[in-house]
Amino acid sequence: MSTEILEPELRSGLEPPDLEPPHEVPFRPRTLTGESVFLLLGSAAAAFAVSWLTYERILPFTGAFGFWLVWYALLLVFYGAAVVVVHGRRAVSDHLTGLFAASVGLLILAVVLEQIGYVLLRGAAALVHLNFFTQNMGSTGPADPLTSGGVLHAMVGSVEQVGIATVLAVPLGVLAALFMAEIGGPMARPVRALVEAMTSLPEIIAGLFIYALFILTFGLRQNGFAAGLALTVMMIPYVARASEVMLRLVPNSLREAAYALGSSQWRVVWSVVLPTARSGLTTAVVLGIARAIGETAPVLLTSGFSSFMNANPFSGWQTSLPLFVYESVREPEPAMIQRAFGAALVLMCLILVLFTIARVAGGTAPGEPTRRQRRRMARDLARPARIGGGPGDGPDGELDDGSQEAEHATA
Amino acid sequence: MAEITASGPPPAAAPDPAGDEDTPRAIFTPVDRADRAFRILLRSGGLAVFAITGLIAFFLVYQAHSAFAKAGWSFLSTSAFIPQQGHFGIAAALPDGVVIALIALAVAVPTAITAAVFISEFAPVRLRRPLIAVIDLMAAIPSIVYALWGVFFLQPRVVGLARWASDHLGGAIPPLKVRGGEEQSLFTSSPFLAGLVVSLMVVPIATSICREVYSQAPVGEREAAYALGSSRWGMVRTVVLPYGRGGTVGAIMLGFGRAMGETIAVSLIISPGYFFTWRIFEHNGLSIPALIALRYQESTPEILSALMAAGLVLFTVTLAVNAAAGVVVARSRSGQQTAD
Repeated sequence: MSTEILEPELRSGLEPPDLEPPHEVPFRPRTLTGESVFLLLGSAAAAFAVSWLTYERILPFTGAFGFWLVWYALLLVFYGAAVVVVHGRRAVSDHLTGLFAASVGLLILAVVLEQIGYVLLRGAAALVHLNFFTQNMGSTGPADPLTSGGVLHAMVGSVEQVGIATVLAVPLGVLAALFMAEIGGPMARPVRALVEAMTSLPEIIAGLFIYALFILTFGLRQNGFAAGLALTVMMIPYVARASEVMLRLVPNSLREAAYALGSSQWRVVWSVVLPTARSGLTTAVVLGIARAIGETAPVLLTSGFSSFMNANPFSGWQTSLPLFVYESVREPEPAMIQRAFGAALVLMCLILVLFTIARVAGGTAPGEPTRRQRRRMARDLARPARIGGGPGDGPDGELDDGSQEAEHATA
Repeated sequence: MAEITASGPPPAAAPDPAGDEDTPRAIFTPVDRADRAFRILLRSGGLAVFAITGLIAFFLVYQAHSAFAKAGWSFLSTSAFIPQQGHFGIAAALPDGVVIALIALAVAVPTAITAAVFISEFAPVRLRRPLIAVIDLMAAIPSIVYALWGVFFLQPRVVGLARWASDHLGGAIPPLKVRGGEEQSLFTSSPFLAGLVVSLMVVPIATSICREVYSQAPVGEREAAYALGSSRWGMVRTVVLPYGRGGTVGAIMLGFGRAMGETIAVSLIISPGYFFTWRIFEHNGLSIPALIALRYQESTPEILSALMAAGLVLFTVTLAVNAAAGVVVARSRSGQQTAD
């Protein structure tokens, strides 16, 4: 399973929780000690004082960027010197790389928070007006104040287009994943390589393809369905990739147990493999949706742009949230730019919600019971055992419990 | 083995362990009709991926055909993009896009490698999962949001740096020089800014691939390094990084593919110019996706066909880079670099 290329968001929650053996923990030198924290704080204070003195007072420079750059360079120097004094010269490279690596980690964290915070800051002005959620831009000019106009049409468009993409891409993607994981054979390798390459295909190519097929070849007009198709092209390799990873996490002993009971292959897949991988597959699908909803380039060419509400994806131009942002931000009016940030904030909120759902849903490894299943198992244990038949209350529950038990037997 | 099969059945004297032992009974599994249908269904799912890729290539070629027929090889050597006059090519868009991608990689690769080392080696174990979540979140942020941030937040702050670099370093390093005066607007919308924003989208991809490869560095060799008295950095330098070299190269290639294909950020930031420039702070730049995004609305058949041709070049380049990256990463992970 570890020999996969994945785009990172595919992977959140896809990995099994750290399954380190409880008795044998690999050696890891201690990262943070009280002493190093004090050395660091002292060096930081010294670097701040010196850089203030030289940069602001003596040298003819100004500007926050340069100041902090000088501060950071001095921090490395001072910290290195302090480490030489305390730990000796051989420890310097270790401490300095540790500090540098940690600061890059902090930088990335800061950039991510910065993205969210900046959009929140600039977009909140538009979102406080309720009409932003209930109106469209049909009768609102670009210069009109934020009290009129909204992005309801773009939200509807986004939901419909992503819905179309999900309905089409999820079954196909999961089928392709099942093919790679369950059938395999010589055909599976090229399919996997292709899926990997397609996962990081430029988004604009999906739009261009649908444009060439749908509009130039079939002579149809741009509409929401075409945009949904373009998103489907983006989503299929993505879902296939993530789902295959999840399917490979299903223990083989479960499959073999089911085969030993005389199941046919489709029975094994339908009743054992898919239910076991359910939480991971949910994660894969939700992350696929989160990715599709933020894509601008495929819809740019295929959906057309409209200021009016158009709930019918099969005829007429239809706007989606990313497209609304893209088109509005190119207008010169400040109000339009504020609306663009508002729409971007709505988009970010949607993605954060989906991301959270994916992480919560992907919290359990395959075969590991979810909280609900664990409750049911506890309840069943408390009940006196019945002879014959599982304790479940339906075929679905029964099969679930069966797979749980098989898993526990092998563990 | 070869000479045995060549000389017919092996003589009885030849030590052939396979011949002496019991051969396993051939097991015949009857496949019923439902299973056969099921397998056909799954196969068709796998084939659908092939079909989609093939359809993309086919329709791009089909629609780009007339442009290629008109332009011929000059498509690769012409900078201008005026398909109405038959004068068009990607000699500006392709290398300019490569410049942007290289700027992005120059920022993203050191960042990603350091971040990956930090997450897999230096960070406290308790922080590892939250940090991975942050990287995943960074990848989930849509490119339009990065683009907004780049245009409205980063641009005013980068202009100062660009001026400073142009004034003080431009004489010695020509790519940093901005020609044509001191006006603020000359320093905006530069390939450098576009590259910076694109680097934010490359960082999460490269980080998570590198991190995964690094965390697979064998425990035995890590502990051997520690046992020899290595510090943590010494261990990373001698075990983790050499072990993960193939994965790092693959991550860089995938990042390059991603950077080449980024559409929205580049088309919102740069101001399109149809001549190749390597002056990264100047108010001029282009890439193939940006070219397509900016020009598709002029929907005359000539322009669309020319854009399809440009898209076909992009498709070919990125598919090749990604496939090669996949091979490199897969090979690096098979453990052939260190004998376990």
